[in-house]
Amino acid sequence: MARTPANLFMRVRRVDLWLPKLVVAPSFALSLFFVYGFIAWTIYISFTRSGIMPRYEFAGLIQYIRLWETPRWYVALQNLVVFGVLFMAICMAIGILLAILLDQRIRAEGVLRTIYLYPMALSFIVTGTAWKWILNPTLGIEKLMHDIGWESFQFDWLVDRDMAIYTIVIAGVWQSSGYVMALFLAGLRSIDDEIIKAAAIDGAGPIRTYVGIVLPMLRPVFLSAFITLMHLAIKSYDLVVALTAGGPGIATDVPATFMYSYAFQRSELGLAAASAVMMLITVMAVVVPYLYSELRAGRK
Amino acid sequence: MRERQVHGIVRPKNAASTALRLILFAVLGLFVLYYLMPLIVMVVTALKPLEEIRTGTLLSLPRDITFEPTLRAWNSACVGVRCEGLKPYVWNSIAMVIPAVVLSTMLGAINGYALTKWRFRGAAIIFGLMLFGAFIPFQVVLLPMARTLGAMGLAGTVPGLVLVHTVYGLAFTTLFFRNFFISVSDGIVQAAKVDGAGFFGIFFRIVLPMSPPAIVVTVIWQFTQIWNDFLFGIAFTVGDSNPVTVALNNLVASSTGVKEYNVDMSAAIIAAIPTLIVYVFAGKYFIRGLSAGAVKG
Repeated sequence: MARTPANLFMRVRRVDLWLPKLVVAPSFALSLFFVYGFIAWTIYISFTRSGIMPRYEFAGLIQYIRLWETPRWYVALQNLVVFGVLFMAICMAIGILLAILLDQRIRAEGVLRTIYLYPMALSFIVTGTAWKWILNPTLGIEKLMHDIGWESFQFDWLVDRDMAIYTIVIAGVWQSSGYVMALFLAGLRSIDDEIIKAAAIDGAGPIRTYVGIVLPMLRPVFLSAFITLMHLAIKSYDLVVALTAGGPGIATDVPATFMYSYAFQRSELGLAAASAVMMLITVMAVVVPYLYSELRAGRK
Repeated sequence: MRERQVHGIVRPKNAASTALRLILFAVLGLFVLYYLMPLIVMVVTALKPLEEIRTGTLLSLPRDITFEPTLRAWNSACVGVRCEGLKPYVWNSIAMVIPAVVLSTMLGAINGYALTKWRFRGAAIIFGLMLFGAFIPFQVVLLPMARTLGAMGLAGTVPGLVLVHTVYGLAFTTLFFRNFFISVSDGIVQAAKVDGAGFFGIFFRIVLPMSPPAIVVTVIWQFTQIWNDFLFGIAFTVGDSNPVTVALNNLVASSTGVKEYNVDMSAAIIAAIPTLIVYVFAGKYFIRGLSAGAVKG
């Protein structure tokens, strides 16, 4: 501690050379073990014949072969594609539309923004419970329509094998589109007003201004919205459980519910691990290049 | 014409622009209804007696408001075989969320500080490796986590969940603080170093006092994430130690007896209230957290 003239000028105390490393070490060790270690562990389980209990004799690709021979896995994948594509596309469309509309100097903007975004603060279980009631085939929206005079109105997607997956899209979009709005609104605000003015002076209409000039400038926002939505879609477990519990039957199974069901209900640990690894690979294929480019850009 | 152009790009007012403005407000208004409708339905249904639910519709207002379903959802509705309402599970969630938020935020703060203001060799790689943890689908850690919690004697307990949420919250909290501290000028830290202040001295006397914005954003983000978690709750707890989201799902999914939609909706509101309150009072910070989570720097 002594401030002798010798170490007065930018002399970092010895202890301060290793203290920073020491305080980061526990967190880093935790993530090495709980993230990387666990991923390796899961990958290893996926190469064994583990059933109710993990068994650690290496058994090659047997679980992956079984996985890709399980019809239910294909149902889950197909649902993920249908749900994921619609969920992302509609969230983007609504989010961008609302952001552009809110960008028109609306006096009540603060209130509107708050209303559009509040579902994001809710648990997917709460959202699922509410929508399950709204979409209830006898007492929900169908009855509402009957009572206001539309007697022939029918809406039973929740219990319809072919349509149930779309109810998850409806609830998911309700919950997450406000988030896309917030991202794009922040992006629009960061664009120089002069550019929009210049476009207006050049005689570009509002639609051409936005589609042709403003939106292309928001490429990074598109990217981060896309990453987040895709991530939400692949992880979507809560919403499916709360809304349809994967049913009717397995009609709305997605990889997340598939994995859970094989791991904790059917006690097929090896197969569950294989499906989890497939999910990880899918997410990594998108996220790793993204993170890599973001971190590189950040360093410049 | 000339005079009207004084206000920058605002085009001359005419019938067409007025009509556009009306359409704009109509569309915005429709979306307000779309987003509010489920909340209105929840509140209206929660306050109705079961009889009115059968005769009325989703949106019909309650004729005689009753708080009986809300009370039942709070302390006597059946979750599984236990008929004490959501109350014990709300306490579980509180007992889980407070330590997990405090621990992950503290670790995130000190990590963010060490990684930005004391850039040691490998700091960037360590941060990159930790950040990856924020993006994994948690299904890939469920099985090892279940075994590890079992080996630690924490299976099916609230402390077990605290550990899980702290560990998997670290990537986010470190990210938030790192992004915040990166924007704090290095000069002030360098000056303190010249004055002989050490690692912790600078942290507690200089860096921490300027961090409340980052702390608020992180705490709100972690609180919302952990309170709303379902996957870890359902995978690592059993019955009595369930957090409120799992209990809500069990309450709604239980199929014994008459389906009491008013109790279901009351329970959903109870589970939603803590995060909604946080959102209403600190929405600004919540939004900041959302964009910090999406845009890395």
